[in-house]
Amino acid sequence: MLGLGKGASAQPAPVKVGVIYPLSGNSASAGNYSKMAIEVGADVVNNGNADLAKIIPLAKGGGLPGLGGAKIQLIFADNQGTPAAGQNQALRLISEEKVAALIGAYQSGITLTASAIAERHGIPFLTAESVAANLTERGFKWFFRVTPVAIDFARAYSTFLKEQKAAGQKVGSIALVHENTEYGNSVGSVIADQFAKDSLPITQKIAYSANSSDVQPQVLQLKEKNPDVVIFISYTSDAILYAKTMKELNWKPSIMIADNAGFNDPAFLKAMAPTVEGLVNRSAYSGGKPGSVPAIFNDLYKAKAGVELDDVSVRGLEGFLVLADAINRAGSTDPAKIQAALKATNLPAEQMAAGYDGVKFDDKGQNVLASSVVTQLQGGKYVTIFPKERATAKVILPYKGW
Amino acid sequence: MSITLAQVIVSGLLLGAVYALFSSGLTLIWGMMNVVNFAHGDFVMLGMYSAVVIWTALGGGPFAAVPVAAIMIATLGILSYFLLVRHIMRGPMLAQILGTFGLALFLRYSAFWYFGADFKTLPDTLVGGSFVLAGIRFEGSRVLAGAVGLGITLLLHVILTRTAVGSRMLAVSEDATAAQLMGIRPQRMQALAWAMAGAATGIAGALIANFFYTSPTVGETLAILAFVTVSFGGFGSVLGALVAGLIIGVVESLSAYLVGPVYKDVIVYVLFVLVLWFRPQGLMGKA
Repeated sequence: MLGLGKGASAQPAPVKVGVIYPLSGNSASAGNYSKMAIEVGADVVNNGNADLAKIIPLAKGGGLPGLGGAKIQLIFADNQGTPAAGQNQALRLISEEKVAALIGAYQSGITLTASAIAERHGIPFLTAESVAANLTERGFKWFFRVTPVAIDFARAYSTFLKEQKAAGQKVGSIALVHENTEYGNSVGSVIADQFAKDSLPITQKIAYSANSSDVQPQVLQLKEKNPDVVIFISYTSDAILYAKTMKELNWKPSIMIADNAGFNDPAFLKAMAPTVEGLVNRSAYSGGKPGSVPAIFNDLYKAKAGVELDDVSVRGLEGFLVLADAINRAGSTDPAKIQAALKATNLPAEQMAAGYDGVKFDDKGQNVLASSVVTQLQGGKYVTIFPKERATAKVILPYKGW
Repeated sequence: MSITLAQVIVSGLLLGAVYALFSSGLTLIWGMMNVVNFAHGDFVMLGMYSAVVIWTALGGGPFAAVPVAAIMIATLGILSYFLLVRHIMRGPMLAQILGTFGLALFLRYSAFWYFGADFKTLPDTLVGGSFVLAGIRFEGSRVLAGAVGLGITLLLHVILTRTAVGSRMLAVSEDATAAQLMGIRPQRMQALAWAMAGAATGIAGALIANFFYTSPTVGETLAILAFVTVSFGGFGSVLGALVAGLIIGVVESLSAYLVGPVYKDVIVYVLFVLVLWFRPQGLMGKA
């Protein structure tokens, strides 16, 4: 392993991992929380954590044993919330920083462009949280996705609503409100397809731009049709405007579902939690008993970020851990070897920081063991309400709001 | 007319008055000295943070926040003028654009550094919640912002057209050298224009913060609207900004409600292009 003429004590060169997130722009708060989560992950791999080392082999400290103890060096890049900037940053990280692999980029539309650059240069690109369906349908060889995807959420929402219907809730009319980039459009259409199969009637569809400065007309459209259920697919700034405007115009459905993203951002919760009590959401984070991997990571993260791990940050962290494991098994920074190691990934459920059943990629690069739970905001905190075997609280309906 | 449609129009008018409010500072600077302040959106953003800080640190509502924000942003305007704008005005047009654009980035990333990327919101009880009149809901904070928006715009218009100070400022904007020969100090008048624009912008920010989210990048979202409003109404015309703001607000609300929210920008911008096609100087701008 030692280079010629170097002393035995020489520290191997660090492995550079490029991390692309929205560190400015309208999703900057989510991006910065994910950045901190990944920093916690890198710190555990580089410097170790005694409690985690009992469960996760890479948490012993001392970097990556497969590469002679090389440390991981994170190189962050700001996608500024635009696909063009994401693409430029991917190119810069690959050609100038010579990163071994890339992770990112939060917004599906940006992951789409940034990963295309990685594909062209033959560098592994792992997304921890972008859920648009088409990302894994492009026949890419260097693209891997750890997060559960739209069809998983759509099934979860559908089963949840059918269960509520059986319990006597009205679900006769459902409105779907989605922002109109890759994320909102694709998740929206997957939900619409699944609901059509399950004969849950979507009676109103509203597409809007996430950068809107005003959402009053949309809320008035909802108010007029007055659906039983509303499903929002939104980023942070628009989520805040919807929550505020629904209160201003005094309208609420009896079940309000928000597909993660904006409604899950700690910044949204800090600002708006008392206005959206009873909101139903999905999550990859469902806490854990003291001493479990999620609980230990949550403590480490809380000390750094000042807030608890949530769905988005835990998925970022999990994505990083998957990549670190693969680089370690590759035993090299050669992209082709990392790609092969990612393909061979097989991580068990007990090593998961996120609430997945494990990590194992199919031919398209999708993690087939990813899963998510349905949560509800109760007393300002998200608790798991579905499926039953993982629920920590009972569902409370109708939606209370403010 | 259905109640909902009436509600949409009322919401649009209130929104438009707010657009006029945060555009008046931009149009004032342009009218006075032919400088486009690209940092305008970030001036609004800092006005919003003034209100947030006054609420979180002192528990004060808009009656405390508005004067403080006005003074803060007026000071920022004066500083910007003496430290930056005065110098770049001697350079080519491009230097002016890049100079204020640089100021915008500086302010935005300073806010990132100091306040963090989090979104802040003020409690909606600060301005008395909402009330119903003839079946239409009015949000106290938006009504206040809209009313102050109208008031400030008209006040600026009166100052510029009916007072001695206004005449001096206009004289400087027409011909600074000639004005100087008449005993007017151009720099003092220009600094005053920046102070007035800053105060109006600070007030706008402090009022908008009551019903909008505050974040370091909120200026970006608002600045586009301000530029469209100002060029629609005519660069330099305060009344033009008011009329344009109201038109844009109502058109935006109506098209989002009747046609669909993704089309509202298309409709607003088509209208904008049409106005510029027939009146390149804007609705009320000088040819």
